[in-house]
Amino acid sequence: MGVMEPFGVETRTLVPLFVAVPLAASLLIQLFTRDRHFWSGWLTNITMLALVLMSIQVIGGSALYHLGGWPSPIGIDLRLDSLATLMLLVINIVGLAVGLYSVDYMKRYTASGHFYGLFLLMVTGMNGVVLAADLFNLYVFLEVAAVASYSLVAFGCAHEELEASFKYIVLGSLSSALILVGIALVYGITGTLNMAQMAGRVAETGLDAPLLLAFGLFICGFSFKAALVPFHAWLPDAHPAAPAPVSAMLSGVLIKAIGIYVLARLAFNVFGAGDSELSLLRWLGVLSMVVGGLLAVGQTDIKRLFAYSSISQIGFIALGLGLGTQLGLVGALYHLVNHAVFKSLLFLNAGAVEYATGTRDLGRLGGLNRALPVTGVTSMIGSMSIAGLPPFNGFWSKLIIVLACVEAGHYGFAATAVLISIVTLGYQLKVQRMAFFAELPESISGAVRSMGREPRLMSLAMILLAAACIALSLLVLGGFRDPWLIGAAQQTLSAGPF
Amino acid sequence: MIYSLCLLLILVGLYGVVASRQTVKIVISLLIMQHGVHLLLLLIGYRDGGSPPIMDSGQAATTFAGLSVDPLPQALVLTSIVIGLGVLALMVALCVRLYERYGTFDVTEIRRLRG
Repeated sequence: MGVMEPFGVETRTLVPLFVAVPLAASLLIQLFTRDRHFWSGWLTNITMLALVLMSIQVIGGSALYHLGGWPSPIGIDLRLDSLATLMLLVINIVGLAVGLYSVDYMKRYTASGHFYGLFLLMVTGMNGVVLAADLFNLYVFLEVAAVASYSLVAFGCAHEELEASFKYIVLGSLSSALILVGIALVYGITGTLNMAQMAGRVAETGLDAPLLLAFGLFICGFSFKAALVPFHAWLPDAHPAAPAPVSAMLSGVLIKAIGIYVLARLAFNVFGAGDSELSLLRWLGVLSMVVGGLLAVGQTDIKRLFAYSSISQIGFIALGLGLGTQLGLVGALYHLVNHAVFKSLLFLNAGAVEYATGTRDLGRLGGLNRALPVTGVTSMIGSMSIAGLPPFNGFWSKLIIVLACVEAGHYGFAATAVLISIVTLGYQLKVQRMAFFAELPESISGAVRSMGREPRLMSLAMILLAAACIALSLLVLGGFRDPWLIGAAQQTLSAGPF
Repeated sequence: MIYSLCLLLILVGLYGVVASRQTVKIVISLLIMQHGVHLLLLLIGYRDGGSPPIMDSGQAATTFAGLSVDPLPQALVLTSIVIGLGVLALMVALCVRLYERYGTFDVTEIRRLRG
C-alpha cells in the first residue's frame, strides 16, 4: 500500500503494469501504426505519460508481486522498494521528455514506427530490470533492453552507425555471457535465483572464494553495461551514432538502469560487500572519472564529447557507491538522478544543433545562441549543472560525493574529484564557446536560417529537462543527508542484505 | 573434469572473438562461447543417473525431487537460447549490412570511427 495515493489505485496492482504497458504499446505500434508517424508518436507519448503518472503514484509504496499468483521461491516475483521507485521515476520522466522530442526529430527518418516500437521495448526492459526480484529475470529484461538498444544504435544504417552497433553488440554479448556465467555459479552455490533468498544464504556462509568469483564476474559484466573504464570501449562509438533521442536515453538512463543500478543492488543488497570488495568499485570509478574526463577535452564531435563525459560522470557515481558510507550513497544516487537529467538534456541539445545545421563538428559550428534560443539557454543550464557550478543540481551532488570521500578518509579521491570537476567545466565551456557563442559561420548560416526556430515539441522537451535540473537543485533543501526520495533509496541500500 | 571442458569451450569462444578478423567468425565465436555457458548451466543442474524432470501422476513430490535432475537450469538454458537466437539474428543482419556498405567482412578495414 502506498503512502500517497492520489489516484486511489493500489500500488501492488501497478507493479506488473510498468512492464506490461510499454510492452503492449510497443506491440500495438508494430502491428497497427507502423507506417503512420503521427499515431506512433502519440501512442508512445501517451504510454510514457501513463508510466510517469504510475511512477508518481507508487512513490512511498513498496510491494512484492507474485506473477501468476505463485508463491515466492517457486514463482517469479517483482519487487518494488524505494530504490526501484527512484529508478522508475528517472527512467520514465526522461523517457517522456525523449518521447516528446522524437515526434519532431524522427520526421527525418523513414520507418519511425520501428523506432517507437524499439524505444518502448527498451523502456520495458529497463523497468523490468529495476523491478525484477530474481537474477535470471533481471538478465532477461536486461537482454530485452540491450537488444533494443543495439538495433536503435544501428537505426540510421549508415557506415558509422552499423560499425558502432556491431562493436556494441559484440561487447554487449560478451558481457552478457560473463553475467550468465556469474548467475550459473551463484545458482550452483546458493541453490536459488531469488535475490532475497540468495542474500540470506550468502549472509550465512559469508563471501567465500566461489562467491567472490561470481561477484567478480558480475562486476566485470555490469561494468561493461555501465561503461566503466576499462570496459568503456563501445560507448564513445555507440552513443553518438544513435539518433539524438536515443543517445539521450542510452547515456542518460540505460547505462544506469542496467549497469550502475544492478551493481549497487548486487553489491549491497545481495552480496553485502565489505570494504575490500567495494574498493574495486571505487578504483573503477576513479579511473573512469579521470580517463573519461581527459579524453572528453580533446573531442571535436559534440556528441562524442558528451559520450566521453558520460563515462567520466558514471565514474563519479561509481566512486560514491564504492565508498559505501551513508553520505557516499546519497551523493551517488543524487548524482545518478542529476546526470540522467542533464546528460539527456545535453544530448537533446546536440540533436537540435545537428537538426538545424546538419553537422556535429564543433569546428564548423558557432553563434547558435541567436538562431536557436531555447537550445542555447537550456544547454547553458545543462552545462553549468554538469560542470558543478552552484546553485545547480550537479554542484550539490558532486559536493556530497567529495565530502563523503573526505569523511571516509580518501583525501586523494576527493582531490581527484574536484580536479575532474574543473576539467568538466573546461570541456563544457569549450562546447558553449565554439557552438553557441562567437559568429555564425557562412557555411551553415543558410541551413540555420531556412529552418527557423526549433520545432515546438523539441523546445518543450528541452525546457522540461532544464526545469528538472533546477528543481533537482532544490532537493537538498529537504536536508543535506536526506534529500527527498533519495534518502529513502539510500536507506534501502544501506540496510544490507534483504 | 567436464566443468573444465566447459570452461575450455568458453575460452575458445573468447579467443575467437578477440583473434578473428572476419565479422562472421566473430559471431560464430560468440555462439561457441554462449553455448559453453549454456553447457555449464546444464551441468550445474545435472546429477549422475538422475531421471528426466517429468513427474509421474502417482509420484510424491519429495521422491521426485530425490530422483530427477534439477529442471530449473534447463528452463533457464531454453530461455537463454531463445535470447541468443534473437541476438544472433540481429548480429547476422548487421554483418550483411556492413558488407553492403563496406564491401568486406574484415574488421580491420571497417574502421571509420577513431578510438
